[in-house]
Amino acid sequence: MSYNLQKKSLIISFMLIPLVLLLTFTYYPAARLIYLSFTSWDGYSPVKQWVGWDNYRTIFANNETFSVLLHNMAYFAGGIVQNVVAFMFAVLLNGKLKGRNVFRTTLFLPYIMNGVAVAFMFGYVFDTNNGSLNFLLERIGVEPVSWLGTPVLVNFVLAFISAWKFMGFNMVVYLGALQSLPEDVFEAARIDGAKGRQVLRYITLPGLRRIIELNLFLTVTGALEVFDLPFVLTQGGPLNASATYVQKVVETAFHYSNFGLASAMSVILMLIVVVVVSVQRMLVLGKGD
Amino acid sequence: MKTSAASLSFKYTLLLFASLIVFFPLYILFINSFKGSAEYGSTNIFTLPRSFMNFENFKLVFERAHLDEAFLNTVIVIGLSLIGNILLGTMVSYVLGRFEFKGRKLILGLYAGAVVIPAITTQVAVFSIIRTLGLFNTHFAPVLLYIGADVIQIYILLQFIRNIPYELDESAMIEGVSLFGIFYRIIVPLLTPAISTLIILKTISIYNDMYTPYLYMPAQRLGVVSTTLMKFTGNNSAEWQLISAAILVILLPTVLLYLFLQRYIFSGITSGAVK
Repeated sequence: MSYNLQKKSLIISFMLIPLVLLLTFTYYPAARLIYLSFTSWDGYSPVKQWVGWDNYRTIFANNETFSVLLHNMAYFAGGIVQNVVAFMFAVLLNGKLKGRNVFRTTLFLPYIMNGVAVAFMFGYVFDTNNGSLNFLLERIGVEPVSWLGTPVLVNFVLAFISAWKFMGFNMVVYLGALQSLPEDVFEAARIDGAKGRQVLRYITLPGLRRIIELNLFLTVTGALEVFDLPFVLTQGGPLNASATYVQKVVETAFHYSNFGLASAMSVILMLIVVVVVSVQRMLVLGKGD
Repeated sequence: MKTSAASLSFKYTLLLFASLIVFFPLYILFINSFKGSAEYGSTNIFTLPRSFMNFENFKLVFERAHLDEAFLNTVIVIGLSLIGNILLGTMVSYVLGRFEFKGRKLILGLYAGAVVIPAITTQVAVFSIIRTLGLFNTHFAPVLLYIGADVIQIYILLQFIRNIPYELDESAMIEGVSLFGIFYRIIVPLLTPAISTLIILKTISIYNDMYTPYLYMPAQRLGVVSTTLMKFTGNNSAEWQLISAAILVILLPTVLLYLFLQRYIFSGITSGAVK
């Protein structure tokens, strides 16, 4: 067989299954979601009643759907703090420091842990009556706090757990990026008498623009798509105070069998992600590139 | 840069404080997992156990939660997924990394674009596909969802393939080796470090995923570690010494994997994200 023919048959045979998988489990469901969002399908019956924009009207008429997004904001705020802390530790560990590998290993450790196990582990920390945190606080005279049972607190506590788990990942990504910055630029800056803060502002941060963008993208989508932590630890309680958007979608579909409405909510989420990512690209990449 | 003693000790204080926050919840779990139920009731959570050789809770957890079954199911799903995932991932990356053809850009774009589609919510539609295929409540449902390559994997592999000199392919062609032969005799062996990285990252991500098995294999006998822990905790919510032991048992495999193979994990994350 000529190499040209081989090339053609290889491309087709190697790409066939992967593309079928990608289209079947990512793009087809996304397209189908859009279609289902215009129906009142219950998830079972063979009939899918076309209802036009009804589902979207229902969502926009009902403030509750969007007020849930406020709960997601706690994770977003937590995610920003997490990125700042991650960046700080990356800078710290990028310098010459005894034991830096031990610290890197330690701070990354939570990222590889099973999410369900981490959720329950923190259930043990934040428990009102038996929790280790309240135990410590009582020792210094603070009344026990119902960390997971107080509506205004619960999302921030969950966001903290999430930051605990993911900070190390951001840190390692920043660290890798810092190490890939060319050494001679820093050398030149130092010779020109640039101070630490100036180096950070004019060399380090611009050099890391793409990585900061990547980490922010992960933070934003992560915050918008939080699901398992509140699902496992609080089941959305107390009184729905920790329910997140995705949890609402899943509940609407699988619990209330309203796949049409759930699909419309998913489509809106997809649009929010696309808009946020585009805005962020413009802001971060703004000049140059 | 000059580092004064003050700034150095400030740095260490920050790092030690962060490490303390990482280890604190684990430490509490650890000391309480060795306490008997009467002992747990009569001591406070910071008291050390009478003996660190009391493995009763760990035994009970394996019996009551059927953790052995959970580990077996998890291993089956991970094993099958890895074989498919690595095979397909290297095939895609070889084609995309070595050949110019119509649609190449489009395919790369499709993989990259997939990241804006929220995977959890599309399950509403994926669910009906899995049911139509008759795979609901079988190991193959999650396997099928895990084997598809994602953009990070393809990125890491493409990075490696670009670093393999094309002259190797050319000289093999001069000797008449088929393209398929080049793929599995030259490319795949040279991709071993990248493949090791991907195997570890994928193992950890499947091991830690709760949602896919929760949705697609809810049957009692098909519990994986995540779903089994959820059920066990729900049924034994008052017995924290048991739950502590269960959590530790479930954390242990990936922690060990990480401690021994962290080099591969870091290189993967760095090369996937940075370049």
